Amino acid sequence: MSAHTAVLTQSTGEWQLPDKGKVGMICLIVAEAAIFIIFVLAYIFYLGKSLSGPTPAEVLKLPVLGTVCLLSSSLTVHFAVTALERNAARLSALWLALTVLLGGIFLAGTAVEWHELIYKYGLTIRTNLFGTTFYSLVGLHASHVIVGLGMLGLALLFAVAGKLNGSHAHRLNVLSYYWHFVDAVWVVVFIVVYGLGR
Amino acid sequence: MMPPQTAGAMTFDSPPSHPKLWLDAVNEWFTTVDHKRIGMLYIGYALVFLLIAGLEAAVMRIQLAVPNNHFVSPQVFNRMFTMHGTTMVFFVGMPILFGFGNYLIPLMIGARDMAFPRLNAFSFWISAFGGLLLYFSFIGGDGLYGAGTAPDVGWFAYAPLTAKLFSPGHSTDYWILGVFLSGIGSVGTALNIVTTIVCMRCKGMTMARMPLLPWLYLVTSAMVFIAIGPLTAAQMMLGFDRFLGAHFFDVQAGGSAVLWMHFFWIFGHPEVYILVLPAFAFANEIIPVFSRKPIFGYSAMVGATVLIGFISLGVWAHHMFTVGLGPAGNTFFTLATMIISVPTGIKIFNWLATLWGGKIRFATPMIFSIAFLFQFLIAGLTGIMLSAAPFDWQLGNSYFVVAHFHFVLVGAILYMIFAAFYYWFPKMSGKMLSETLGKWHFWLFTIGFHLTFDFMHIPGLMGMPRRIYTYEADRGWAVWNMIESIGMIFQAAAILIFVWNVVRSYRHGEEAGPDPWDAWTLEWSTASPPPHYNFAEEPVVHSRRPLWDLKHPQAPDSDYE
Ligand SMILES: [Cu+2]
Repeated sequence: MSAHTAVLTQSTGEWQLPDKGKVGMICLIVAEAAIFIIFVLAYIFYLGKSLSGPTPAEVLKLPVLGTVCLLSSSLTVHFAVTALERNAARLSALWLALTVLLGGIFLAGTAVEWHELIYKYGLTIRTNLFGTTFYSLVGLHASHVIVGLGMLGLALLFAVAGKLNGSHAHRLNVLSYYWHFVDAVWVVVFIVVYGLGR
Repeated sequence: MMPPQTAGAMTFDSPPSHPKLWLDAVNEWFTTVDHKRIGMLYIGYALVFLLIAGLEAAVMRIQLAVPNNHFVSPQVFNRMFTMHGTTMVFFVGMPILFGFGNYLIPLMIGARDMAFPRLNAFSFWISAFGGLLLYFSFIGGDGLYGAGTAPDVGWFAYAPLTAKLFSPGHSTDYWILGVFLSGIGSVGTALNIVTTIVCMRCKGMTMARMPLLPWLYLVTSAMVFIAIGPLTAAQMMLGFDRFLGAHFFDVQAGGSAVLWMHFFWIFGHPEVYILVLPAFAFANEIIPVFSRKPIFGYSAMVGATVLIGFISLGVWAHHMFTVGLGPAGNTFFTLATMIISVPTGIKIFNWLATLWGGKIRFATPMIFSIAFLFQFLIAGLTGIMLSAAPFDWQLGNSYFVVAHFHFVLVGAILYMIFAAFYYWFPKMSGKMLSETLGKWHFWLFTIGFHLTFDFMHIPGLMGMPRRIYTYEADRGWAVWNMIESIGMIFQAAAILIFVWNVVRSYRHGEEAGPDPWDAWTLEWSTASPPPHYNFAEEPVVHSRRPLWDLKHPQAPDSDYE
């Protein structure tokens, strides 16, 4: 039926629709946020309901360094995107490297914290409800950091190999949304676990 | 074997121009990223599971037909109702609706494909894998040694029954994994649908000119994000409990069984609307075409849909009245549930107003749609009854509830799926389904449906609980159960006729042509089946009914917008 196209093809002027990558990423973020909300609710619901120790107040320390690093990595990834948009690939690579480094420090901080909790205080996921909810929530977040770091690391590899240029700025931007989301989740986790929960 | 043939007949329609090795065809279907093929894969897969889950229902109906029956063991009976419910919701309802969405949405909005074709293929295959895992539990859930096993914890798998202590072996683990994977696939497809609708509409198709089907799929998909997340999270927690020894739902360590109920129903109630909105979407397309009138109250339909989406997120605890929520909880969830009947009522009035004064054609898609209207109304009325907490205390977990939600799932959703099948099969295959067989299908199924589910309310009111294995003769439930089981025979016969109709019509059916129903939306402007690229030229639309404009250049809709 080519007849209809003949009739239906006078143009209606400008026709702009939102960008696919951004909309898709926002959808993913909403779905992921729903998962995190349930884990946060479970954490809050079980606060103080453990039948045995240790309690959060006894063993948790504020992860200041990790938090500062993770939050500033949101800035660095933003600079990486704007640099790439101006076609400054080398500068962008530098910012990416810094982002990966900061994210790495955060993960290392988590590793040290868990090591101490397990071997010094004997807190595992089996110990009590605090252990159950703590390792699940913080672990779920950490696994998202690992995924984000993997993708940022891939972008960094491309940059080092000289394969990254201004035409990729849009994709890097979409990826940066995910990274900002991971950071925002950390703010919530930080407030609930290390603020409210202690 | 009929069922695999259905799927095969529907899906293996390679062009006849040059003969191909069947292996090539299989390879093509396994690697396809075309939205139309993925849509048909979804539908074919769901139809196979529909037959399997139907068979499980038949086993239950035989077991319950007479008192003190021992047709199957109590263990098998538990597996049957668990697998029936899980399969119907996650591996029939979701995939068949996503299948139609996949197939129709790009065509209706004048797009070349979905926004992310490879993600689309991934979503299908991961869901399919989930279904296979669920059924693999029959052998893999520690049942290989002649015994046979499968999940037996009920489709909502209440804690603490799901704890390792009470459900040893791996059958519950397969349930967790299967449902978890289906959830990932659902989120992937929903993401794809939203992005496609928001970003890929053809020129001139503003949101206000979009057909109602994509509109309703947009709302359904948004609900998928918010509803599936809690289920996925709850499955992860249960998995941690079972695999790592965590204590989320371990009451001995202070864990809460009620928390699982909350998490499950925060998913479970919106899920009902995720399933029913696509059914409404089909009605919105089919009823106007067969009444020869545009839909009445387009914007009211959109508004009511969005309202349903929002309200349905805040009513989940009406599944938990018997837990004891306290006066505040009972009042809130009773009122919230009752309020949902306002937007659904608006929809029913809009459909009636569309029929009113129309030149109605009683083709098979239309008679299924009309039956849907009546049955959905009855489902809504028993729903309002159950929404009152004191009424629910009496009848919660009884066969009255089972009858109520089967009126929704079968009487409304399955009926509209049949209607959609008769309506769009010509587009997908290029062949018409037989009207005569279609009418047989309709009448036999309707008789069977009403025998089974109308009479199911009665033993429910008499106190028959759901999920019981058998009952004593002196309860007075026997005659009703016998009638219900007889209804099952009619339904099974109707389904066989349906399968036969699909197979026969695919081979020898009348040629459909591009627009067999004289319809108005874009999918009917291209060939049947549509070419790979959908539209030779990207269409441009000027109204809600682009094909009407084309057929009636002297009085196009666009003059009245
Ligand atoms: Cu509900």
